[in-house]
Amino acid sequence: MIIDHPLLGPRDSSEFTYMGDAALIDRPDPEAEDAAQAFYEYAYLRDNPAGWHRELWFHEAGDRSWLVVTRNTLTHEISKVELARDVARSRGRSR
Amino acid sequence: MSVGSRTQKNRLSGGQIDRDTALTFTFDGKRYCGHGGDTLASALLANGVRLMGRSFKYHRPRGPLSAGSEEPNALVQLRSGARQEPNTRATTAELFDGLQARSQNRLGSLSCDLLAVNDRLSTFLTAGFYYKTFMWPKAFWERVYEPVIRRAAGLGSLSLSEDPDVYDKGFLHCDLLVIGAGPAGLMAALTAARSGANVILADEDFRMGGRLNAETLTIDDSPGADWAAATVAELAAMPNVRLMPRTTVIGAFDHGIYGAVERVSDHLTVPHPDKPRQILWRIYTQRTVLAAGAIERPIAFPNNDRPGIMTASALRTYANRYGVAVDRRAVVFTNNDDGHRTATDLHAKGITVTVVDVRPETPRALDYEVLAGAQVTDTMGRLGLTFAKLRLADGSDRIIECGALGVSGGWNPNLHLTCHHRGRPQWNARLAAFVPDIRPDSRPDSRPGGLPEGMFVAGAANGDFSTAAALEGGARAAWAALDLGGARPEIPQAEDRPVNLLPFWHVKGPGRAWLDQQNDVTVKDVTLSHQEGFTSVEHLKRYTTLGMATDQGKTANLGGLAIMAELAGKSIPEVGTTMFRPPYTPVAIGALGGRHRGQQFHPKRLTPSHAWAEEQGAVFVEVGNWLRAQWFPRVGETTWRDSVDREVLATRGSVGVCDVTTLGKVDVQGADAAEFLNRIYCNGFAKLPVGRTRYGLMLREDGIALDDGTAARLAEDHFVVTTTTANALPVYRHMEFVRQCLLPDMDVQLISTTEAWAQFAVAGPKARRVLEKIVDQDISNAAFPFMACANVTVCGGLRARLFRISFSGELAYEIAVPTAYGDALIRRIMEAGAEFAITPYGTEALGVMRIEKGHAAGNELNGTTTALTLGMERMVSTKKDSIGAVLSRREGLNDPDGLRQVGIRPLDPSAHLPAGAHLMARTGPVDAAHDQGYVTSACYSPTLGHHIALAFLKNGTNRLGETLRLVSPLTGVDLAVEVCSPHFVDPEGDRLRA
Repeated sequence: MIIDHPLLGPRDSSEFTYMGDAALIDRPDPEAEDAAQAFYEYAYLRDNPAGWHRELWFHEAGDRSWLVVTRNTLTHEISKVELARDVARSRGRSR
Repeated sequence: MSVGSRTQKNRLSGGQIDRDTALTFTFDGKRYCGHGGDTLASALLANGVRLMGRSFKYHRPRGPLSAGSEEPNALVQLRSGARQEPNTRATTAELFDGLQARSQNRLGSLSCDLLAVNDRLSTFLTAGFYYKTFMWPKAFWERVYEPVIRRAAGLGSLSLSEDPDVYDKGFLHCDLLVIGAGPAGLMAALTAARSGANVILADEDFRMGGRLNAETLTIDDSPGADWAAATVAELAAMPNVRLMPRTTVIGAFDHGIYGAVERVSDHLTVPHPDKPRQILWRIYTQRTVLAAGAIERPIAFPNNDRPGIMTASALRTYANRYGVAVDRRAVVFTNNDDGHRTATDLHAKGITVTVVDVRPETPRALDYEVLAGAQVTDTMGRLGLTFAKLRLADGSDRIIECGALGVSGGWNPNLHLTCHHRGRPQWNARLAAFVPDIRPDSRPDSRPGGLPEGMFVAGAANGDFSTAAALEGGARAAWAALDLGGARPEIPQAEDRPVNLLPFWHVKGPGRAWLDQQNDVTVKDVTLSHQEGFTSVEHLKRYTTLGMATDQGKTANLGGLAIMAELAGKSIPEVGTTMFRPPYTPVAIGALGGRHRGQQFHPKRLTPSHAWAEEQGAVFVEVGNWLRAQWFPRVGETTWRDSVDREVLATRGSVGVCDVTTLGKVDVQGADAAEFLNRIYCNGFAKLPVGRTRYGLMLREDGIALDDGTAARLAEDHFVVTTTTANALPVYRHMEFVRQCLLPDMDVQLISTTEAWAQFAVAGPKARRVLEKIVDQDISNAAFPFMACANVTVCGGLRARLFRISFSGELAYEIAVPTAYGDALIRRIMEAGAEFAITPYGTEALGVMRIEKGHAAGNELNGTTTALTLGMERMVSTKKDSIGAVLSRREGLNDPDGLRQVGIRPLDPSAHLPAGAHLMARTGPVDAAHDQGYVTSACYSPTLGHHIALAFLKNGTNRLGETLRLVSPLTGVDLAVEVCSPHFVDPEGDRLRA
């Protein structure tokens, strides 16, 4: 596969390490009342869709950026590649 | 008369061979002669040898069925010694001088194979025979049945020596990849190349031209083979074209990546010393033209597997391309007009031909006999065809003497690569064949299928079987693929005959009719499988093994499907096809491995003191990719324990030094560096003063320990984090994940500096005395206490980092200098320590000292342990959020009866404690249900004079002093042990702070 890195252009997938569902960006609030349940779901429950999937790839043999790659798990078509940092900010994460 | 031709009794005139080059070779020890341009099969046939192998199951005599890579039968063993290569297709093995070939899968000689008795037992050896027969007694399968069956059935054998050849991998990029160099592929390549595009043209054959080399047809009034040669020459002269003969494109992978195997040296006696034997190429391309041609399929009839019976097109190829008559009397059995083309060509070569055509209406022939509405019903000949028995249109039988029988059941497009992205072929009734699904890619995006993106199909691979259609299709495909404008390319003139075919799959009647010759699957097997309920095509395949041999049923599958369809009363497309998956033809494991073998299997990382350690005679151990000194043997030491015990005692007694560069180092910088570490580690780092180091434990988000190490604060906004050697990469990845994905607005930067700094641990009561001579600053206990850290200089000005941390439990420092100075520093430390008899120690002594101190390492951080298990539960701060904090509070991880780290010592001081042994109550059963825990790390402690161990024990913290049984049924160990504190040496830590 070839991943079109937003900063570096098309790179071979062998340069990357895969970590699965990009929902890992949405780490629950540890202060919330239901934190235990929320963290349990966050750590253990994953969707495994046949079709479009947003997933995390780490450019380990490259610039070491985490990317959110939108990939069709049936066809391996990649429709979107974003810097995970931008996605995290857009989902309200800060510090 | 050309050289060596006297022995080649079946050699004809003409063909694409070099008659001036005589090549001698042996087959089963007998010498033969062939010519340059021959394959092993064509040369053997020229010498009158039709018998080339024995079948897999029944050991039936077999000769080639084809003249190409689809060959199921003529599998031979090439070369000898370490280069011995089994299961090579004689039909593609390019002849070279001195080639040694042997037949395989026989007991005795090829012509008198003792295992041919299986053929007499064939009534019993039908589909599912093994499943049904060798069920009882159960224990017999492994001991008796399987070894016997394995010896009887099977193909060639390996040399069992190391492969002397080199294999390589390579990467290529192009605008257009053309697969197949027949008329369609050549025309596509030419069209693209003339437009200026970068073109790769790959073909599995050693001579480009495809069927044009095997036909008598003309292009623009010159022989097709000449047109092909001229086109190849034009392409070869263009700088934007790369011609890759002997290269099989084995698969279409994602995003325009193709795999291809180039056989660089297989046609040479020995590879050129500077060249590999084969190269596995990865070809990156936006557009591909698949012009892989088609494969003729046989018709099944009783005893259709004798040597001399092959596809009609193979007979034609041997005659036209190689100048070889398989026999001077030939029969062609056909259901279509193409069979008549074979008859015409054979007749022109002086071969007597009779055509048996199943169709009542056939083309007219003046030159050869045609029997319309007739069928071949049986054949004779023990080791090769001698007679064919026919049933004529009027119902009468006739026997014809012949040594060659060409069978033509129609052609199947070579569409394998079009299916590698789950495309499903479409049935074409006019051709009675599956053709690629080339419908445009406009379907909903969740439904996969169709062609791989960017692929165009041309020529016979697309079901366009005439030469004119192939040339036109090739040009058009390149035109469309590259989106070329301007004038259309000129298409040369060529024949454009339509396909006339009457679908016909098998002749009914008694006797076995083979479908898959390599796996010995007959029509009867398919019928039986249907009767027994294996009606899905995927079940049929697995039950009968139809199409599961090394040829993947290229000549067999459609016949099997047709018979399935007939039995089920369905149409062939309703029955469906099995999937085509890479590779297209078998690939040597050597090619897949490339240069990653032996020492090159993975990268080797050397520590900065490696050369010095080698000089000291160190024994090295692989730790991940690193080579680390394991111990430093001295004269007179006979076992590793002698060395390790000495290193430990010398370090604890005076001073020792160890290269600890391999520990991961991560530089953490930025205004939020401290707060970042606060989130990464379960314990607090925000208040760590500058100039101090702290031990830290990282958890995974599920509350399990991830890694441990230290973080040293060199400045307000600068930390150096260390990780264990094994986790250097995963921890860095994890820290980047937290930084980028969870805390994107923190002002913090990370960089891995593991290889930038050479780091040595100097440990022992005399450590300070040694380092005082090297470090330029004051390192007295007052100025540089336990857990201090600082940027310092050494040896009069070289920048360095000094940490007062200890893994051994002694007064210890870790000193780091830029890697380039590592070798110089270790030599300087040894010099400075000479007066204290400084002792280099390796990873074993390091391990012993950490066990003596009760420090956790990889054995303890095994993916199941929590801070509580390690006795560090108080480190998990409840005042802040950190990764893993929430889930570490789960009830299940805080069971009071859960495992806790303890120390173990044997009641008998001479006893040896094995790691992995389990702890049991002193009385009571020894089984998994009564398991109390297990030993994680064990060693002999030279400091204490007996074995010690670290263990995880249920509720261990409250069981100190208890006596337990340590058992290891595997090694026969059963000992009484006492539970103790894991801190065996200096539990108060006085030595650290000295």
